[in-house]
Amino acid sequence: MAVGKEIREKIKSVKSTQKITRAMEMVAASKMRKAQERMEASRPYSDKIAAVVGHLANAHPEYQHSYLNEREEKRVGYIVISSDRGLCGGLNVNLFREAIKAVKAHSDAEVDIDYTAIGSKALGFLGRMGGNVVSEASQLGDNPEMAALIGTVKAMLDAYDEGRIDRLYVVYNKFVNTMTQEPTVRQVLPLEQEKSEDFGHHWDYIYEPDAKPVMDTLLQRYVESIVYQGVVENVACEMSARMVAMKSATDNAGDLINDLELVYNKARQTAITSELADIVGGAAAV
Amino acid sequence: MSMTVHVDIVSAEKEIFSGVAEMVYAPAEMGEVGIAPRHAPMLTRMKPGEVRVQQPSGEELDFFISGGLLEVQPHVVTVLADSAVRAADLDEAAVMQAKERAEAAMQDKQATMDYAKAQVELIQAAAQLQTIQRLRKRSGV
Repeated sequence: MAVGKEIREKIKSVKSTQKITRAMEMVAASKMRKAQERMEASRPYSDKIAAVVGHLANAHPEYQHSYLNEREEKRVGYIVISSDRGLCGGLNVNLFREAIKAVKAHSDAEVDIDYTAIGSKALGFLGRMGGNVVSEASQLGDNPEMAALIGTVKAMLDAYDEGRIDRLYVVYNKFVNTMTQEPTVRQVLPLEQEKSEDFGHHWDYIYEPDAKPVMDTLLQRYVESIVYQGVVENVACEMSARMVAMKSATDNAGDLINDLELVYNKARQTAITSELADIVGGAAAV
Repeated sequence: MSMTVHVDIVSAEKEIFSGVAEMVYAPAEMGEVGIAPRHAPMLTRMKPGEVRVQQPSGEELDFFISGGLLEVQPHVVTVLADSAVRAADLDEAAVMQAKERAEAAMQDKQATMDYAKAQVELIQAAAQLQTIQRLRKRSGV
C-alpha cells in the first residue's frame, strides 16, 4: 500500500535536518563556554590598560598625543567585527543594521568613510555595500589571537596618524548574556577621557626613555586591546546566538515532524477506511 | 610589617599574576629597573625578558614576557605584557627552533620574512633561553 509515500520521505528528510541542527546546537554550546572563558580571561588586560590610560588622562604630560585631540571630521574610519560563518540567527544582520544607521549619519553630513572588516561576513557585507575597505582580517577561528589583528588595526591607526581619517569607530556585538547580544558602536579615536578628582595635585609620570614613544606604544596597545576585546566578545556572541538559533531550529523540526506524522496517520486511516468500505460494499453486492 | 606594593601582570589573553610584592624587577627599555613600594609614577616600555616579583614571604617569582609596558604608581605596579608565559612552562626545544628559524631567515635575504621581524624573534628566543638556563641552574638539573 503506497499511502503517503511523499509524506514519509518528507518526515525522513526533516528528521535528518533535525539531527544536524541538534549536533550544531551542542557544538555551539560547548564552544560558547570556552568563548565565554576567553572573554573573561582577556578582561584583566583591557581593564588594566584602560586604568593606565585613565591615569594618563589625569597626568600632565608635556607631550599631547594626537589620539587625545579632537579634530574636525572630514573622513571617518569604521572597524566592523562580524562572525566568519552564518547560521547564527540575526546576529550579523542586526549588527550591520546598526552599522548602517551609524554610517548614514556620516554620509548625510557628506563625510566619507573607510572600513576595516574583521570576519568574512563583514567583508562580504561591506563589499556588497560598496564600502571602501582598507584592511581586513578573517578566518580568525574560535580562538582569535592578538597577533593576527595587529596589522589590521595598524592600517587604521596609520590612517589616523597621517590625517586620512579624523575619527575611528568599532562596531561589534556586545555580550550581555546567552540570550542577549547587543550591537554596539563605540568611538575609539580620539579617546574619550575622564578626569578624576582623585588626583588633585599636579603630577606627571617619569617617562623612559621619552614621553612620545611610550605614549605611542601605550595608546596603540590600548586601541588594539579595545578591538581584541570586541573580537573576543563577538565570538562569544556568535556561539550563543548559534546555540539559540539551532535550538529553535531543532524545536521547529520537532513540531514539523509531529504535524507531518498527524497528516500521514490521517491519510493512512482514510485509506484503510475507504478500503474497508469497498470490501463491505463488495460483500453486500454479492 | 614591611612595605609592599600591589603587582598586576596581565597579557591580552589572560591574567598572569596578581598579588603583593616587596620589590619588582622589570626589563625596562633603558635597562632593568627595580621598583620598590612608593616609587614615583613612571611609564616605560619593556624589552623581552623576565619580570621578577619578590614576595613578602621571601619567595621570588619569575615571569617571562616578550615586551610590553610598565606602569608604576606609588602603590600599584602594572605590567602590560605583550605575550606572557610562565618561565617554567617554556619549551626549550621550541625556543631553539625559533632561534634557528630566525637566524636562517636573517641569512636568507630572499626570504619573505623581513629583517626587523627576524631580529625581534631572535632577541625573544635569546631571552627565553637565558631564563630557562637560569631556572635550570637553580633547580640543579
